[in-house]
Amino acid sequence: MADEREDGEDLEPIDGGGVRSLWSGSITFGLLSLAVDLFPAVRTEALPLKLVDSSLRPLTRRYMCPEHERFLARDEIVRGFELDDGEFVVVTDDELEALAPEKSRAIDLRKFVDIAEIDPMYFERSYFLTPAENEANRAYRLLAETMERSGRAGIATFVMRGKEYLVALLAENGVLRAETLRFSDEIRAAEDVGLPIDAEADPRHVERFRRAIDALAADEVDRALLRDERIERLRALIDDKLARGVDVEKAPEAEEEDEAEIIDLMEVLKRRLQPEQRERAPAAPQAARHDEGRGRAGADDLESRSKSELYERAKALNLPGRSKMGKDELIRALRRAGG
Amino acid sequence: MAARAMWKGVLRVGEERVPVKLYSAVQDRSVHFRLLHDEDHVPVRQRLVEPESERIVEYSETQRAFLTPEHDLVAVRPDELDALAPEPSRDIEVLRFVPVGAIDHRWYERPYFLGPDGKAGELAALVAAMRETGREGLARWVMRKKAYRGALRAAADGVPMLVTLRSAEEVIVASELGAPQGKPLDEREIAMAQQLLSILEAPFDAEQYKDEYRERVLELVRAKAEGKTIRRVPARRQRIEPDLAKALRESLEAERKRA
Repeated sequence: MADEREDGEDLEPIDGGGVRSLWSGSITFGLLSLAVDLFPAVRTEALPLKLVDSSLRPLTRRYMCPEHERFLARDEIVRGFELDDGEFVVVTDDELEALAPEKSRAIDLRKFVDIAEIDPMYFERSYFLTPAENEANRAYRLLAETMERSGRAGIATFVMRGKEYLVALLAENGVLRAETLRFSDEIRAAEDVGLPIDAEADPRHVERFRRAIDALAADEVDRALLRDERIERLRALIDDKLARGVDVEKAPEAEEEDEAEIIDLMEVLKRRLQPEQRERAPAAPQAARHDEGRGRAGADDLESRSKSELYERAKALNLPGRSKMGKDELIRALRRAGG
Repeated sequence: MAARAMWKGVLRVGEERVPVKLYSAVQDRSVHFRLLHDEDHVPVRQRLVEPESERIVEYSETQRAFLTPEHDLVAVRPDELDALAPEPSRDIEVLRFVPVGAIDHRWYERPYFLGPDGKAGELAALVAAMRETGREGLARWVMRKKAYRGALRAAADGVPMLVTLRSAEEVIVASELGAPQGKPLDEREIAMAQQLLSILEAPFDAEQYKDEYRERVLELVRAKAEGKTIRRVPARRQRIEPDLAKALRESLEAERKRA
């Protein structure tokens, strides 16, 4: 996941990469299916700072083999599980996907619940789902409208990047959001921690605390109380430097206007949700990908290709942002490129 | 098995002071992988590189920079960042008490159990008063050089918890985004979708969901370590109906038959 990018744990660069979708697949609801991309709903940093050298040149992260002392291309890196004796068992993305092919491709909504029934302890992270295709637009809006009217959340499990997630899907203001939930065995019981359950309280002490609570009572949460003062001070520092023209330099020109280069998550989400108003790139040709998800025969059957094969094709076509794409995104990018 | 506390602090509710210990309420059960060079299976190292010159830059030589929409880079030195860190303190200051539920789950980040640090009576009294008033607290504290906001609440079994909250700047709310637009939806389709949804309605039971995939990953790893081959399960092709109205009608029929 986006926040667990420890050294050597994930293929994605930590800084400078911009926003990318974390998973591409479909939501199924009965026989209805819609292609979606999943994005974080939480910024990793409120005020993203780039890592630069002493001359303000932006830096990127590259992987290096300490033995060979050289940089490695993406296709030279594999995932390994460390055994007790320190040996590694190599596991490929295709093997991981093959362990749960359906769950890797689709969030299948087979149950709807009242969101208030879910203990807040279960909520882990929040994501937005955006329609991946023009054709997905109507099904997306239909599902969002239906869920919003019913006030219910859809529950499903799916697999993203080698890990299974339990999610609650909700609709709000016409936008679909996925909240990952912790599995019950990921939550500890107070007994296991050794804490007293339903501890006895002295009524006189309770009364004292009641008064203290009343004195601080409010009807709702003032969002201002959730502000991060450090971020505000950082913003003030940056504004001051800009106003005085100190420590400011022109950034090197970006080589490509690639979505992957856009740092601001909000901007990416807006583009994906309302492409007709914001998209600069031409829309995907409708006819070219009408059959997606239903399996096509012959050499053109991109779905049956492994992710690494798709990546190779994308590389041959020099498709921008390919190293950040999931399988479905690669398929779509290849279709768009006519490859 | 009594767990070890990960931090100690003092809850401050107005004039009241309640010393507490924090215990993580969650445990990470993910399977972790390392990235390796495919040739020699040596774990890779991440290096910072200036892409133009391909020069490796040590972390100690780096600084941060903010990129403005006008494409200006504003440098922020490490000492300037350090100066922004909050003052260390043991106080967990409760700022407000709001009705239970007023703190949206979307703000929740990480739950901790609170245990008494010393005598248990004061903490038990605070929990009892919170339950009687139907309120939960909004608190702030500094833990390991980082400022936190948290919800102070009582779990169902009366055990007090502190759940860290995301900052207002981090959370993107749907109302800021704008929904996908298009031709008005067909009310009959919405009605069918609502019927389908209500057939699938059920109470939420967390115990029902198990991370089966984690087990399969570990099985795969074990089998490969022993040199066994894994039988691949072919993907079941789910039937998808591209026509919305037809998809809904047929899904409804199928679910009614099942019921």
